Amino acid sequence: MTRALSDHKRRRIDELIARTSEPGGVSLLRDAGRRLLRNPTAIVGGTIILLFLVIAIFAPLVAPHDPIQRFPELTQKLTVDSIPGATAGHPLGSDPLGRDFASRMIFGARQTLFVGVLATLIGLLIGVLLGALAGAIGGWVDNLLMRLTDVMLALPSLLLAITLVALASRSTQWTVIIAVAIVNVPIFARLLRGSMLAQRESDHVLAARALGVKRRDIVLRHMLPNSLTAVIVQATLTFAVAILDAAALSFLGLGDPDINRAEWGLMLGVDGVRYFEVRPELAYFPALAIILVALGFTLLGESIREALDPKNRR
Amino acid sequence: MLRVISRRLVQLVVTLLALMTLVFFWLRSLPGGPVDALLGERATPQTRELLTRALGYDQPIWVQYGRFLKNVVTGNFGNSIRTGEPVTEVISRAFPATVELAVAAIIIAIGLGVPLGYLAARHRGRLLDNATIIVTLVGISIPIFFLGYLLKDWLTQGLHLFPPSGRISTGMDNTDVTGFFVLDGLLTRELDASADALWHLVLPAVTLATIPLAIIIRITRASVLDVLDEDYIRTADAKGLRNPTIRKRHVLRNALLPVVTIIGLQTGALLAGAVLTEKVYNWGGLGTLITDSIGGSRDYPVLQALILLAAAVFVVVNLLVDLSYAVIDPRVRVR
Repeated sequence: MTRALSDHKRRRIDELIARTSEPGGVSLLRDAGRRLLRNPTAIVGGTIILLFLVIAIFAPLVAPHDPIQRFPELTQKLTVDSIPGATAGHPLGSDPLGRDFASRMIFGARQTLFVGVLATLIGLLIGVLLGALAGAIGGWVDNLLMRLTDVMLALPSLLLAITLVALASRSTQWTVIIAVAIVNVPIFARLLRGSMLAQRESDHVLAARALGVKRRDIVLRHMLPNSLTAVIVQATLTFAVAILDAAALSFLGLGDPDINRAEWGLMLGVDGVRYFEVRPELAYFPALAIILVALGFTLLGESIREALDPKNRR
Repeated sequence: MLRVISRRLVQLVVTLLALMTLVFFWLRSLPGGPVDALLGERATPQTRELLTRALGYDQPIWVQYGRFLKNVVTGNFGNSIRTGEPVTEVISRAFPATVELAVAAIIIAIGLGVPLGYLAARHRGRLLDNATIIVTLVGISIPIFFLGYLLKDWLTQGLHLFPPSGRISTGMDNTDVTGFFVLDGLLTRELDASADALWHLVLPAVTLATIPLAIIIRITRASVLDVLDEDYIRTADAKGLRNPTIRKRHVLRNALLPVVTIIGLQTGALLAGAVLTEKVYNWGGLGTLITDSIGGSRDYPVLQALILLAAAVFVVVNLLVDLSYAVIDPRVRVR
């Protein structure tokens, strides 16, 4: 028999729980943050991402030209087997349609960030929602949702993405984003569910339950926040995979059909490989950019995981 | 154990059936569907109707679904829309090419990955370790199709070390026995054909091996480092056990479990990488088949069968990995 607690009592209990969840002295987050700043790997990864973000945000200010404008001085020099390299005013030369390649690379940061962030966020949101439902409700809901993730995990991730895009009636930028997002849903869902199940048996949840805290509050205020760290690490790592998958889809002809779109995966996967023998720089630059950004997110993600690992606490 | 295996097998079949059901209903819900894909947009209504009836798309959806299930179970996937041949024939023709490529890639990935990961861990923080970490990080960050073009550009066009594409030189008079060209040459004593096929295999296999190699190195390294930290290693050392004994019986054996998991997962996922690799090197296996069946006219019967095949391989490999735990580590009880 449980009796509803008065508001005052409940507030006091939550206060106590909040206080006890911080084991004497430093909080986990502050401790992890400090360790992150001391880790050179994290600094390198963070710097790459920061640079990438700055270029993406200030692209119109940094880029010398409009990325979709065709320049007569460039198009005149385009032939079947030559694409003009660096000339006055066009530091990286031309792309196959006579557009300023340097500007397309710079604006590419924006589009790549857009694709990567959205694919990761959508996958994370749906995954977290499903995982939280499964972990919190349990029973047949849990069973059904986990069988669903089984089906999604029955294909290697890139093949699932290929299948999803191939089964869509036509490809747009959104098809790619959604496909890459869906691929990551089961990963986030399982991660969150596992973490929540582990906590359901843990002391702080048991204590909260014994004190009569409502189930909804236990889930939302105790279990979910404590599970999110793993999800954040996974999201950071997912970003790298997302832009690589998007590039692979472009290479297979399943990418965004918009020829004006300047996105690194698209630039590499379509023009880059098509004109590889004519002008390899069209592949080198976007590939290098993708490698760097993927590297940055991987380094940062792994440093965060390391910093949050209680084994490394001193 | 047997009961565990049979339960897992049932679960596996249910998963695959669910996947095929999803694909089936999704395809039927598309506007146009296979009939439009086959005839194009300018077909007359009469031809369209004829073909719809011939393919059975005029039947109620549950009748179609029932027949589809029956066909899947009996291994009848219909005919390819592109070539008109039976799907099973198209797939079995492309199958050996991909298996040959995948086997070569996984041999490279395990053969190099486990020793390198182990060595990196033993020499933690030294030059070899740092170099390995950097190379593996780049390995998982590079788009592998780009790596393929890079290798092709440097080693075939530039140095003429390897052939740029295909599985065997044109004009090579090889006898096709099993479809595995390297093996065929050995079987028929045409060693030059074997050598030629092997020569063609190098670059695609290296390209396909890149990601699994990088991941196997990283996992092996991390796992060995964890084990080296354990008390029982210090105990073994203190007891005066000889180094090779410690390495073999204590370190490697205990570090193996995560490595086996990742090898299994990566092997199952090779087909995904093969789609990209085969396109770069014009390989003509299952990956090429996937690319062909999604481009232009969408060859849904082939695509459906390939999805089922890929999923079946993937889940079976995963099951084998789970079961192998019990062999490697007696403490693990498979549930």
